[in-house]
Amino acid sequence: MIYRRGQKVLVQGITGKQGTFWTEKMIECGTAVAGGVNPKRAGEKHLGLPVFRSAVEATKETPCDISVIFIPPLMAKDAIIDAIDAGIKTIVVLTEHIPSHDVLEIFARLRDSDSRIVGPNTAGIVTPGEGFVGIMPGHNPSIFMPGDVGVISRSGSLGTLVCLNLTRAKLGQSAFIGIGGDPIIGTTTKDALMALDKDERTKSIVLVGEIGGAMEEDAAEYAKSMKKPIVSFIAGRSSPPGKKMGHAGAIVVGNKGGYASKRAALEAARIKVADTPADVARLIAR
Amino acid sequence: MNLEEYAAKRSVLVPGGVPTPRGKVCETPEEAAAAVREIGPAVVKAQVPAGKRGKSGGIKMADTPEEAGKAAGEIIGMTIGGSQVRRVLIEERCPIERELYAAVLIDVVSRSPLILFSTEGGMDIEEIAEKNPAAIRRHVVDIKRGFSAADAAELLKGLDLGKASSAVGEVLVKLYKAFDTNDAELTEINPLAILKDGRVVALDCKFTLDDASGVRKPELAAVASPPEMTALEKRGAEHGLKFIQLDGNVGVLANGAGLTMTTMDVIDHLGGKPANFLEIGGEAYTKAEIALDLVLSNPGVKSLVINFCGAFARTDVMADGVIKAWKKLKPTVPVFFSIHGTGQEEAIKLVRGELGIEPYDFMEDAVKAAIEAAK
Repeated sequence: MIYRRGQKVLVQGITGKQGTFWTEKMIECGTAVAGGVNPKRAGEKHLGLPVFRSAVEATKETPCDISVIFIPPLMAKDAIIDAIDAGIKTIVVLTEHIPSHDVLEIFARLRDSDSRIVGPNTAGIVTPGEGFVGIMPGHNPSIFMPGDVGVISRSGSLGTLVCLNLTRAKLGQSAFIGIGGDPIIGTTTKDALMALDKDERTKSIVLVGEIGGAMEEDAAEYAKSMKKPIVSFIAGRSSPPGKKMGHAGAIVVGNKGGYASKRAALEAARIKVADTPADVARLIAR
Repeated sequence: MNLEEYAAKRSVLVPGGVPTPRGKVCETPEEAAAAVREIGPAVVKAQVPAGKRGKSGGIKMADTPEEAGKAAGEIIGMTIGGSQVRRVLIEERCPIERELYAAVLIDVVSRSPLILFSTEGGMDIEEIAEKNPAAIRRHVVDIKRGFSAADAAELLKGLDLGKASSAVGEVLVKLYKAFDTNDAELTEINPLAILKDGRVVALDCKFTLDDASGVRKPELAAVASPPEMTALEKRGAEHGLKFIQLDGNVGVLANGAGLTMTTMDVIDHLGGKPANFLEIGGEAYTKAEIALDLVLSNPGVKSLVINFCGAFARTDVMADGVIKAWKKLKPTVPVFFSIHGTGQEEAIKLVRGELGIEPYDFMEDAVKAAIEAAK
């Protein structure tokens, strides 16, 4: 889930408006895009890249380490299962609002494979100076710069703001991992934390969470065994309970998923919790 | 999206073959009286999408048409769980031997459907979990295999259900099937009753349709209760915008769920009160014009923070929408910007040139200024 220079990326839905726009940005940023998928335009070239009928067909012609899904919600399941069948190791799912039962089916298929899903409803992954996969401003040097802070975020927009604040404080990033705003996601906060813990370039970690679910609590439990310093920001402190706050996963139900429980769990793991996004950079700098 | 009990029974349980009591939906005391004349002694139940009906007085017994009319008159118009009661369900009263609990839901941890069953029906699952957690049986469904009669028998093994055991198992299999075919987030029967005559009947039903599946289950979405919304929230929803009206005085317009929640949090943290949640992230970034109109239509708004941090959402497109709306609406409330990310140079130039406003470098400073201006 950390992008490395040279890793080959397949873009499923490359010919669409967003697929085209972001493929150009990814290439501009140094990402090695191998080609794309659109069954209706197989055999053509798009942005100078080959277009394949399916991910399975693509991997027969060219190796792909990562696939990124730019496919609308009701068609996303088939595209993701195609990528799993193709044996692609990392599948970055940008799509929001995939029906929950499709998500269950995708994860049932995933269990019999060696693939990992990042997302759904993620903005993607960025390694400053190497490349990015998704819909992040990875090509914008005022937001991302190479360094040693690893950043995990459920939200793309807030993750972007946090990276911007780090960059302004001259604190570069080793990796940004957008895990997604849905309740059921393939790479949890804890999974991302474990990856950054192992990553040699990462010296400290920012964990950007939000209300809903118990992923931050699980991650905090693991963090107790870690040596790298961690700073966290949790969005949704002032959100009313019982309402989905934009993300399907960001909801406080009864006494579950609230801010206080997350903050307490993080602080019990000696993680500093910032009150504002600007404080994140200040706490990391210490 | 929640279905009221009558809709859940009619659209999910009955087509799925799960037995339910004879009943009628009534919107007036006269209809309720007529229903009891036909059905006999009955239960009169408030129809609301959520909430504790029994404790709120939303469930009454009626032996005669007069009692039914009186009960319906009292219940219709009540507010339960934040919703106004518009109708009652009149159901034949069933002599109950035992109350059970059965549900199928989406389990985030196992990323699978989860079946819950308990012999302690009649109370909330949270209550059972607290008082007697051992009384809850769980079965994680492997969706490639489904849930068979043998799986149901295994789940119920050792529970003293007597002759009703196989009928209960049958209901569980049908309930799972109903969950599976109807894109449910939750299907719950509580209580599932064993009657004195041995029949197993669903006395109540909760059904939540997965929000993302409404487009492919239009017949269920059509009978789901519309969420309780203010007029402004409704207007937002009509434009595909998630707008939540709050009681503060600092209006919020931001892109992305995380950034919008955070803007509210910083307002709150610095001593102000946010007036709304409204995000125009994702595909909605082109809707800044209508979004601004919504925020400003909230009568409590005394100042406004516009906080953009564009990744997918282009800040120049959002700024352009805001400026268009601003020129049309000519608002007098002071507005404070913070703009970063995709398209920021163009966006800042637009705001500076067209509105003569200098965006703040840090959102915290924009928020501080807005709180001050709202005082």
